[in-house]
Amino acid sequence: MHNASKHLLFILAPLVVVFALLPGVYQNHLLLFNFVIFLILAQGVNIIYGFTGYLPFGYVGFFGAGAYGFAIMVMHLQTPAPLAVLVGGVVAILLGLLLTPLLRLSGAYFAIANLAASLAVLHFVANPALEGITKGPYGVSLTGTFNPTHAYYAAVVVMALTVGAVVYLKNSPFGLALQAVREDAVSASMAGVNIIKMRVIAWLASALVAGLAGGIYAWYVSVFYPDNVFSGEFSIFAIVFALFGGVATITGPIVGVLILYGIYNLIGFTTPQYFQLIYGLLIMGLVLFLPAGLVSLATRRGWHVP
Amino acid sequence: MSPEKTPILEVSKLVKRFGGFHALDGLSFHVVPGEILGLVGPNGSGKTTAINVISGLYAPDGGEVVFDGASSGGVASHKLVHRGINRTFQVPKPFLSLTVRENIQVALAYGGATGAPSIAELLAEYRLKEVADRPAADLNSAQQKMLDLTRALATRPRLLLLDELAAGLNPAELDWIAGRIKALAATGMAIIVVEHLMGFIEQITDRVIVLNAGKEIFEGTLATAVREPQVIEVFLGGEHAH
Repeated sequence: MHNASKHLLFILAPLVVVFALLPGVYQNHLLLFNFVIFLILAQGVNIIYGFTGYLPFGYVGFFGAGAYGFAIMVMHLQTPAPLAVLVGGVVAILLGLLLTPLLRLSGAYFAIANLAASLAVLHFVANPALEGITKGPYGVSLTGTFNPTHAYYAAVVVMALTVGAVVYLKNSPFGLALQAVREDAVSASMAGVNIIKMRVIAWLASALVAGLAGGIYAWYVSVFYPDNVFSGEFSIFAIVFALFGGVATITGPIVGVLILYGIYNLIGFTTPQYFQLIYGLLIMGLVLFLPAGLVSLATRRGWHVP
Repeated sequence: MSPEKTPILEVSKLVKRFGGFHALDGLSFHVVPGEILGLVGPNGSGKTTAINVISGLYAPDGGEVVFDGASSGGVASHKLVHRGINRTFQVPKPFLSLTVRENIQVALAYGGATGAPSIAELLAEYRLKEVADRPAADLNSAQQKMLDLTRALATRPRLLLLDELAAGLNPAELDWIAGRIKALAATGMAIIVVEHLMGFIEQITDRVIVLNAGKEIFEGTLATAVREPQVIEVFLGGEHAH
């Protein structure tokens, strides 16, 4: 069997089946929904950071743009929710296009500029002068589209597509070329790779993923303020989860979300007083001892981790 | 050199400045298919800059580069790769976290070449077979140089620029790689070699261009070059010239 088929069958399919069936047996649907959203965002970070090398500290900008794209379509045009989610994705792509000049920067400079860009989008959306369009700082309350069940399954679909995209990157010359650009852009161009095109494609793909997730999030919660959907926590969590598991792999970000977000909820509920301490120590330990993520425990032993 | 052949590369009056420094100051030369041309000169004479301009890493500030009948100065590197130019780097630049095999796969997939050698052939010919599935970071520097070369060859170049490929190789490896370079030229590939090892240059080149301060000061065989007072002067300093 082809590697790609194996990855679809043994990683993607079980993940989708589990998250499609869990709402029937587990009552906390919001928690399940958040897991799916973070699986999408962590894989989105994987695409742009793991495969391309750009650390998107302002990744939430695309998520918020998607949420507001959704909300504006629903509020002003009474667009059906699934279509409005797609518009959320398109809005994120447009924002990504607008921000392509950032790709000229690298390392910390890119990360900081991206963070600044996401704050700019937040303050643009939250501007009281735009109340007629975005409801400004007063927040959005969507009536008519509220349907958490449908929104949840839409999130599972987007998660499947996102993980599918990462399976493709892991098994195609395209993904290999992206990694080549990440490793050495000059050598990649001397291998015939159009480095600008590759970076832009990866950037827009990760923007699309976050925009769709944002649109679905808006659909699920239906009532939110700018600060909710542009919260820096989305960026930080998605990055930490992806790094914790190990980027440029299919399984790393999945493992990262399941373990870290699992622990986050476990200690958050049981011993909230120690929560930040334990969480902080865990992340420090990882950065110090396993900088390539949990999956590197296996790769160090010579096992191949998809 | 066969004078009846049309040059595949013609460089005329090439200028490249970095701030006020003229790295290339009116350099002109040509190379024909199947020829091995040496670029020699002291450090800072413009050899690597010339290669960087020809391979599209730098846009020239003046003059012209014509490859295969079409202007190629300032054209993006990946497009030049597709047109048939490739190069190696003085300090090899493989994709460190990718395996040797994957390094070559990228160039095969994106080089746009038809009839390129297969991965198996390249691995075997450049002594990388045993390390094919290891990350490039695990290779020693000689192996990384060979990987850099196979990455270039996978795009099936008609003009190959070798920037100090021989530096750091042992005598047996030097003989072997000299044979490989000559064999490539025999297939009709034009090759420009930048090198400090004069013995190696003498062994493989048909002709050399001696550069100083971004200009050509001599063109001919290396054997003649070493008797030229101007060449001796730039290599050894004024007092040895007479």
